[in-house]
Amino acid sequence: MTGPARWTAALVGAALLATVGLPRRRPAAPDAQHAAARGRLGLVFDVGGRGDKSFNDAAYAGLLRAQRELGLEVAFLEPASSEDREAAMRLFAAQGMDLVIGVGFIFSSDVDRVARDFPRVRFACVDYAPPPGGAPPNVAGLAFHEEEGSYLVGAVAGLLSKTRHVGFVGGMRGPLIRKFEVGYEAGVHATCSACMVHSVYVGSTPDAFRDPAKGKAVAIAEMAEGADVLYHAAGATGHGVFEAAHDAERLAIGVDSDQWAEMPGTVVTSMVKRADVSVFDTIRATVDGHFEGGMHLFGVKDGAVDYVHEGPHAALLPADVVARVEALRADVASGRIVVPRE
Amino acid sequence: MSALGSLLSLTMLAQTLRMAVPYACAGLGGVWSERSGVVNIALEGILLSGGLAGVVAQVATGSALAGVAAAALVGAAIGALHALVVVSGRVDAIVSGLAVNLVAAGGTRYVLRALYDSSSNSPPVAGFPALGGGAGGLALLARTCADPLTLLTAGLVVATAWTLLRTRFGLQVRACGEDPAAAASVGVAVERVRLRAVALGGAICGLGGVALAFDQHQFQAGMSGGRGFIALAAVILSGWRPGRAAAACLSFAALDAAQIVAQDQARAIGYLAQMLPYAATLAALWAVARRRGQGALAGQPPAGLGRHAD
Repeated sequence: MTGPARWTAALVGAALLATVGLPRRRPAAPDAQHAAARGRLGLVFDVGGRGDKSFNDAAYAGLLRAQRELGLEVAFLEPASSEDREAAMRLFAAQGMDLVIGVGFIFSSDVDRVARDFPRVRFACVDYAPPPGGAPPNVAGLAFHEEEGSYLVGAVAGLLSKTRHVGFVGGMRGPLIRKFEVGYEAGVHATCSACMVHSVYVGSTPDAFRDPAKGKAVAIAEMAEGADVLYHAAGATGHGVFEAAHDAERLAIGVDSDQWAEMPGTVVTSMVKRADVSVFDTIRATVDGHFEGGMHLFGVKDGAVDYVHEGPHAALLPADVVARVEALRADVASGRIVVPRE
Repeated sequence: MSALGSLLSLTMLAQTLRMAVPYACAGLGGVWSERSGVVNIALEGILLSGGLAGVVAQVATGSALAGVAAAALVGAAIGALHALVVVSGRVDAIVSGLAVNLVAAGGTRYVLRALYDSSSNSPPVAGFPALGGGAGGLALLARTCADPLTLLTAGLVVATAWTLLRTRFGLQVRACGEDPAAAASVGVAVERVRLRAVALGGAICGLGGVALAFDQHQFQAGMSGGRGFIALAAVILSGWRPGRAAAACLSFAALDAAQIVAQDQARAIGYLAQMLPYAATLAALWAVARRRGQGALAGQPPAGLGRHAD
């Protein structure tokens, strides 16, 4: 090879190594379980990745629980870029995994494609959005009534706001995050009919879920309009919302998992989606031979959608606020209140 | 608050300055590199790497200054590598830039995972101490203006313009960018000058990364969010001139801050408002491209951009 060609080859090789070669890791497992695994499953994380202290970590907890309680062999991959998602799923499918799980709605179309190519492998996708023609039969779509949880934290915001202005920071504009916005707004107005909801989206691509600098800018703008409680549905971008609320000594509400630890004293509660519950339930059903394709919706009444209102992480929530919102929660669970989705 | 009141507020000014810092650093990095004749699309990757390096150094030493130094060093190292590969190795600059960006996207995750067992974010760091609290526009503006990295960036805009236009090194850089063969014929060591210019630009760009990370008191994977490419657009828009590149970065930040206000004030047209900064950038690039060459806007690309000395 000539000089430039060799340089180019070396560069491309290094680049490939850095992106495609992300390690396929197995959580440390007791040796005994390797010998007699009852099944093998693979999980592919969203671009946010493991360690996001949010959705991915919740799914991971479900995976670990399955490994521990069901004696399964588990593996996972963390794609570095969006292009690697489908490749990662395909890799697990080709290895003959019993169940391949994708974490995040962004996987929906990848799952559909791979599931059609591997009709005998079963797939599950957390936050799945089915294609117009319906999901392939070997795909279990796990989805949540996010609007219900958003309604509950909206009710909290309405009760806590002193300025009667509250904020919503959305990630990528679209139907998925719109559910959070609509539910939140309904919740705010359930407890504070005069409250104004300031609502701004960070972007219109998946990058909007990992741009904390922009999230901070949006939060600052909403607080300048008077908002004193801010709810985000923006993934890692939400960290910027917490930063801004902390600087201005105002309150913020976390999303997807208990985000208290991200900014103690600022995060007053969080809307919690128990991805671990849905992942574990699906794995157990698969192991027991009860895997069912199609949509599985988890809501407040299943205990899979909730808000943080107990323990030290809810210390900033006054008892009367919790009492009001618990009453609303009972109504949502019983179906007396139907929270709008759009 | 009325829409106009929100757009003309101190908060808006503070937001613009705060958001412009990473763009401006990356833009200056682009100016240094491209004025020396080396195309640089690696700014995005340098922003990311610089941000991580700054945070790692502060976690390790507890010093924000060490973080800033590490960001500049790593930025310079990547810049030097890019220059070496392109100028000495004769690899296409786009290929090398792409490689840097890909390695940075994956590599930052590797390092996060290796050091902190998370592929999404680092542990919190203190950054520089902020000037007071408070939610008002004035407090926000004071905080932004007193931030060492904001001040440093403003200084670097002036320093870059002065060095590039008024010093011997600056003249050599511009000569390499305009006509590398002619520069070489009068004894300028083209490869070495380019290496230094691109490394210097990389160092400044790395500072933009650490500004992004310190602003959040942590590093997050992918947090550069395309800012390196927007900065490159600003460089082209400015006609490869540092002052105007910084002005273009400020304008973009102002438009971005304005679209946030517009989304809140007019929810029905939120989609359109979100497009504003990008649509304006495209329109400006188009307008400049049309008028370029007619003498109206003298900003031509450096004539030796992407050419070698022999």
